[in-house]
Amino acid sequence: MKVIKSQFEFKGGVHPDYNKELARDQAIENLPVPEELAISMSQHLGAPAKCIVKAGDWVERGQVIGEKAGFISVLVRASASGRVKAVEKRLGPAGGKADCVILDTAAERPADVPAPSAGPVLAPLDWRTASKEDLLKRVEEAGICGMGGAGFPTAVKLNPPPAKRCEYLILNGAECEPYLTADYRVMLERAPRIRLGVEIMRKMLGGPAVRIAIEANKPEAILAMEKAFADIEGNVQIVVLPVLYPQGSEKHQIYATVKRIVPEPPALPIDVGCVVENVGTAAAIADAVELGEPLLSRVTTVSGDAVANPKNIQAPSGTKYADLVKFCGGEKVPPAKVISGGTMMGFAVSTLEIGTTKTTSGLLLLSRKKVFQYSSHPCINCGRCLRACPMNLNPALISKAVDANDIKAAEDAHVMDCIECGACSFGCPAYRTITQSCRRAKNSIRARIAAEKAKAAAAQAKQ
Amino acid sequence: MMIAISVIAGIGLVAAAVLAAADRYLSVKEDPRIGMVTAALPGANCGGCGFPGCDGYARALVAGTAPNGACAAGGEACAKAIAKILGVEAAATEKRVALVKCCGTRSEAIRVGDYNGICDCNVAASTAGGDKGCTYGCLGYGACANVCPKGAISIRDGLAKVDKRLCIGCGKCVAVCPKKLIELVPASATIHVLCNNPDKGPAVRKVCGVGCMGCHLCEKNSGGKEAGHFTFQGFLAKVNYENPPVDGQIVAKCPAKCMAEDPHFESGH
Amino acid sequence: MKPKETAEHYILSSSPHTHANASVSRIMLDVIIALLPTTAAGIWFFGMRAVFVIATCVSAALVTEALCRMAMKRESTVGDLSAVLTGLLLALNLPSSIPLHLAAIGSVFAIAVAKQVFGGLGMNPFNPALAGRAFMLISFTGPMTTWYKPCADAVTTPTPLAAMKPLFHASSVSSPTPHAAEALGQIPSVWNMLIGNMPGCIGEVSAIALATGGAYLLWRKVITWHIPAAFIATAFVYSLIAGGAPAYAQILTGGIMIGAIFMATDYVTSPITATGKLIFGFGCGLLCMLIRQFGSYPEGCSFAILIMNALAPLINRWTQPKPFGAK
Repeated sequence: MKVIKSQFEFKGGVHPDYNKELARDQAIENLPVPEELAISMSQHLGAPAKCIVKAGDWVERGQVIGEKAGFISVLVRASASGRVKAVEKRLGPAGGKADCVILDTAAERPADVPAPSAGPVLAPLDWRTASKEDLLKRVEEAGICGMGGAGFPTAVKLNPPPAKRCEYLILNGAECEPYLTADYRVMLERAPRIRLGVEIMRKMLGGPAVRIAIEANKPEAILAMEKAFADIEGNVQIVVLPVLYPQGSEKHQIYATVKRIVPEPPALPIDVGCVVENVGTAAAIADAVELGEPLLSRVTTVSGDAVANPKNIQAPSGTKYADLVKFCGGEKVPPAKVISGGTMMGFAVSTLEIGTTKTTSGLLLLSRKKVFQYSSHPCINCGRCLRACPMNLNPALISKAVDANDIKAAEDAHVMDCIECGACSFGCPAYRTITQSCRRAKNSIRARIAAEKAKAAAAQAKQ
Repeated sequence: MMIAISVIAGIGLVAAAVLAAADRYLSVKEDPRIGMVTAALPGANCGGCGFPGCDGYARALVAGTAPNGACAAGGEACAKAIAKILGVEAAATEKRVALVKCCGTRSEAIRVGDYNGICDCNVAASTAGGDKGCTYGCLGYGACANVCPKGAISIRDGLAKVDKRLCIGCGKCVAVCPKKLIELVPASATIHVLCNNPDKGPAVRKVCGVGCMGCHLCEKNSGGKEAGHFTFQGFLAKVNYENPPVDGQIVAKCPAKCMAEDPHFESGH
Repeated sequence: MKPKETAEHYILSSSPHTHANASVSRIMLDVIIALLPTTAAGIWFFGMRAVFVIATCVSAALVTEALCRMAMKRESTVGDLSAVLTGLLLALNLPSSIPLHLAAIGSVFAIAVAKQVFGGLGMNPFNPALAGRAFMLISFTGPMTTWYKPCADAVTTPTPLAAMKPLFHASSVSSPTPHAAEALGQIPSVWNMLIGNMPGCIGEVSAIALATGGAYLLWRKVITWHIPAAFIATAFVYSLIAGGAPAYAQILTGGIMIGAIFMATDYVTSPITATGKLIFGFGCGLLCMLIRQFGSYPEGCSFAILIMNALAPLINRWTQPKPFGAK
């Protein structure tokens, strides 16, 4: 196994203040199960799971409470035992509403329900002897989705169509988002689990070469991974990436590690023979296969200058933000902004009553002095956004087109290629809402395409 | 001098000849009724009929592929005029106008955040679900006002308001509203429920001072369930516009104060 | 009755939630700082007259900006320093002998007609300072082409450029005609051209001061090298090919240095893409030299940049970047 330096730097990118020192040296702490959990049916990308419990039901830890609802979907399990208080639509961090199971974990176990045996939720598997299908089934029934942030169903990703061969399995340990240190702590503390996960995924993907991508500002993580992977066989390399946001973006990481370029959407990494998985996902797969432990909790970094004691917390899915903050000693100063995720791509939320999901990598509480205000000042054409855009777009043009409500012009400027990394808005001296404009254009275009499809389908049905 | 005059005259003659030839050999024959129908339509080009502008609708009408009466802006008079031109029956139409089913002004409905971004309801709604405590209510960032072809919608006290006299019922605002709280209602209906929140009373009360709690008093005061003036979705009363209530008394008796008699404003145009 | 709201609202905005802390006023301030050396050189060589001209232009620009915004009922933009910069740039592009009321009129034109009429900063198609200067050059040709010798009050003299113009058409510089020899003799020494000891506009004379400012702008990443490099290189190569006065003299005299570093690099009126900037710089250099050789004015820098300003949207259209991953 070798450690090499990335030879390929993508164009663009920015250098935000990383602020990782706040939580980087805090070992992962386990959060005791809070009294109430709000478990969302939409913790992943794709169709929300279908809730199969109702108010009043008693559920056991690990019990399936939401069924997979489609090909791109993931099932949801109860992250603790308790009584279902209610099933209701609640706001998620991204602003959409989804069914939430409100679980009272302090409720007393009914007399007629015997306590489950102490064994694992699922039967442990020996990954060396298990078939590929068994392993895929396990990943699916453990409810694993990408833990880097997007939450793509892992079982789908690890099961590429037969025509497409996976040549590289890239393990994403870049964690380029400011403040977040969850992946970093997992790499430090759970390196052997990650290695096991990598070996399982390698088997499932038919033995691709493995590239472990870590940014150069995490030397301890590089060392830990080097140690864990020291005696691994096969083509495995640790690629040290330059510190540059958005190094964790799938497309850019593929370019930085193996110099392959993923074509425009709808092309996927597998079209260039690559599969990218987050380090946390690898550890979750190891737990699911070897220990029979489904994905019921994850590490979340709670940080920001308004938190008393920033921490990395292993918390059950559905833990309310308020409980996380309480576990960190509460607020140091009143926060002006609360962000689910990192400062570059995270979501601002209006309440701490939202529950964590499988993709909640961070919860940031920022004081007034760390928060800036967007404006509606005109673009001065300075070109900083062009230079910052890692997708080589012209964000100034897109933002001006959206201002003029000319979505067609934004589409012609390739707005659909935008990965919403925020590099354009980050450097804009006029504080324009460039990234939000891109989102607005993308949503309009998607809505239009969906409407056209529905129209075409209706016309076909008529015939 | 003479040269200049003859050059100009020559150019004029040649150009006239070319134009005359173009008119004779390149002209496109089209059904004269298309022009007549287009003239009969209101010319707002609002697209409410589902065709690209009035001309597009006129072509479809003449071709017989569109029903007469799809033009909400022109209403009955327009449909009759078209029927006369085309010699077909006019479908009965009634003027419909947009109604914003929310009365949670800034002084009545709470806000749960300070929104900082593009002034558009759809983007605001996708930012933490919007800054209004009631997730069903009008955000007041004017997406509807921006698409209205007649300038009939304006934002007042954080709430969209429709000018009934200007509204042509094209339905563009209905389609663009992220909260789906604009409805096309018969212009003749006068009593409306201005709320879109189907949650239970206490939940509504937590976020808005004028939200419907589903107490059914409006139903009781208008003759009971049998009278059929109201339907209920969850804990939200809805006016049955097939059979709208007429007695203005029930408005005053609504304990939630979410009902109104003709809430459209008139901008004084 | 309105329900009780929580005391503190969180700010809700779309990502990103962190910023590089760049600002328009900081960029404008950087350009003003970069102009300080050449401003100082101008004052050194042309004395108090230069101070008066600069003060007049800047204050007229500020007052016009404030009044325009008030008239348009828009928020004031005096604080973004762009009006200060426009006034300063205009002053630096005027001869020190200019009557002050004319300088004020030019400044008013630059802000009101060339900028605010279009909607203010970010909307103007032409560089306001240059539009102001072009307006003055056409309207007040006499005062705009009266030059004082540096460090000497009220001694008028032609600029080196005016002297150099006939050299383009002289048969040979190595064996000059008596007329051409006289013209060659009027070209200042290289040292004087570098420090700025020659007749010209207040801010265009000192190449060293301008280059210092340019280096500062590059270091602060306010500008990129594309436009100045393409502009100067094109002009240099052109004069090598066209003959006449030495190529370095063409670069160091007249408005090319200030034009390439400070005027052509104006964000709003230049292309946004790197390729576009190179094309823009090339066009400026070419047009500038064509006007110097064949035009009726001795100097063509302002007009060259203004013409290219008009082409900037088209150049942008030609040079749209190709997305990462696109075929």
